[in-house]
Amino acid sequence: MSGPAGGRGPAVELAAGVRSGERRAIDALEDYLVAIAEGDDQIHAFNHVMAESARAAAAAVDEAVAAERDPGPLAGVPVALKDNLCTRGVPTTCSSRILDSWLPPYDATVVTRLRHAGAVIVGKTNLDEFAMGSSTENSAFGPTRNPRNLDRVPGGSSGGSAAAVAAGFAPLALGSDTGGSIRQPAALCGVVGAKPTYGLVSRYGLVAFASSLDQIGPFGATVGDAAALLDVISGHDHMDSTSLPSAPPSAAARLSDGVEGLRVGVVTELTAAEGIAAEVVARVRQAADALAAAGAKVEDVSVPAAVYGLSAYYLIAPAEASSNLARYDGVRYGLRVPGADITEMYGQTRAAGFGAEVKRRIMLGTYALSAGYYDAYYGQAQRVRTLIIRDFEAAYETFDVLLSATTPTTAFEIGAKTSDPLSMYLSDLCTIPSNLAGHPAITVPFGTGTDGMPIGVQVLAPALGETVMFQVAAAIEDAARAHEEAVR
Amino acid sequence: MSGMPARISRADVAHVARLARLDLTDDELERFTDQLGAVLEHARDVEALDTEGVPPTAHPLPLRNVLREDVVTPSLDRDEVLAQAPEAEADRFKVPRILGDA
Repeated sequence: MSGPAGGRGPAVELAAGVRSGERRAIDALEDYLVAIAEGDDQIHAFNHVMAESARAAAAAVDEAVAAERDPGPLAGVPVALKDNLCTRGVPTTCSSRILDSWLPPYDATVVTRLRHAGAVIVGKTNLDEFAMGSSTENSAFGPTRNPRNLDRVPGGSSGGSAAAVAAGFAPLALGSDTGGSIRQPAALCGVVGAKPTYGLVSRYGLVAFASSLDQIGPFGATVGDAAALLDVISGHDHMDSTSLPSAPPSAAARLSDGVEGLRVGVVTELTAAEGIAAEVVARVRQAADALAAAGAKVEDVSVPAAVYGLSAYYLIAPAEASSNLARYDGVRYGLRVPGADITEMYGQTRAAGFGAEVKRRIMLGTYALSAGYYDAYYGQAQRVRTLIIRDFEAAYETFDVLLSATTPTTAFEIGAKTSDPLSMYLSDLCTIPSNLAGHPAITVPFGTGTDGMPIGVQVLAPALGETVMFQVAAAIEDAARAHEEAVR
Repeated sequence: MSGMPARISRADVAHVARLARLDLTDDELERFTDQLGAVLEHARDVEALDTEGVPPTAHPLPLRNVLREDVVTPSLDRDEVLAQAPEAEADRFKVPRILGDA
């Protein structure tokens, strides 16, 4: 298997080459389509490859360049989309039987923005059904495999998007992150993945899972590529009432500015904590040391309420999911299983259409919201959420960014956690607090474990702190490269 | 604020399944009773926290009452939308019987 970007190079270089007329979008696309045709039988990153519409889009970019029209900042760059992002007239399944044959009547705002930026949509990637899971094993269409080791999971829920970038099937991909669903698979596959500030990227056309947590974000083989993709999709959209009206921060503005004088806090609760492997902690320490050597002021910091993140999340997210997934009732779209009356039709359709994990979360959420339990579960979890936000705010009085592990371990074996939901949920320990706070966070690959599988280091920032977050991420990427060369 | 409820029972799970319009098998009821119990048990650590006087966070944005100008904008194409329905008739979604015979 080839390494990140499969030797086909960074997205920003491809876009520059296409824009200047040195490279043709259609040639680049054909290289990626060949890679997909040769490799995806084994990996199963894609639910659906959009070869024909991609060729038309690439040809249109080449025509724009020939006619000396601006082809956009991502001209000719193939992008893979998680299959919970709506594409008009193109299957959007959420890897669920209940949406198996659905064709959305509109494009998600991020899809429209990508097209306007000259990007070429190559296909829809596999996910845990309705983005519920941490391994992409909960897909109705079968698991995705980790390109670094086919016996291991790619993480999830955006496992298809992470695997697509890691396998060199596309230089860029979009995912969604509700509790770590971009950062966790990015870390396990050895690529960069970021969850932006809540409200920075429009969610119009993202199939909803937990509305107070969901956010769309980029995958790339490099920090610079992920930044370029985020800068194209961020910004206000009147179609999403949770979209921030302010001008978005630039992710790419200070990538080469270094970290001299920046204050970096290593979060104790999300690094040297129970369940986090020593080899993962060691990588976070190496990254912290490298930042200190580059002139940053690095200290440990405690964010005490973060330890309650996992419990609060597994009350809040299922509660919101149980409400959002009420719409799959066999009436307006998707699967319908006939019944004698409407109640039987609902119950049979939902029983046949949803997989085990989705049913489990709907049940958990319905229970947590039901009469008599609402305040003890959902209400209490929302108050804990406030405590987590307060503790982060206190840390950001002293620090510009925070550092932590992204995942407790490297990629686990396929099948290892499918029978024990709680052990699977623990995969999201380090990523969940950022979703609860609405803050941005990014994972950067930093070496490997003893099993040879990638380890990610997470950079967390306060709301709308994307500029400094990507700045620090770029420095960690440089340090990881230097470290790799030193070992070699 | 009330304390955490007692461990979830199979009858609770069957009741919740009806509320959620999920026709579960006996096997699923059995499995979910155990698994939901384990997850809710793990959630007991939030019970120990003193949240007296702490306001809940419903979502992390300071946005309130997001409105736009009251102007007509294009809507989704009706035929395209209805084409995705399992059953449609006379420009409407068609559903099975809602009321009983009696």
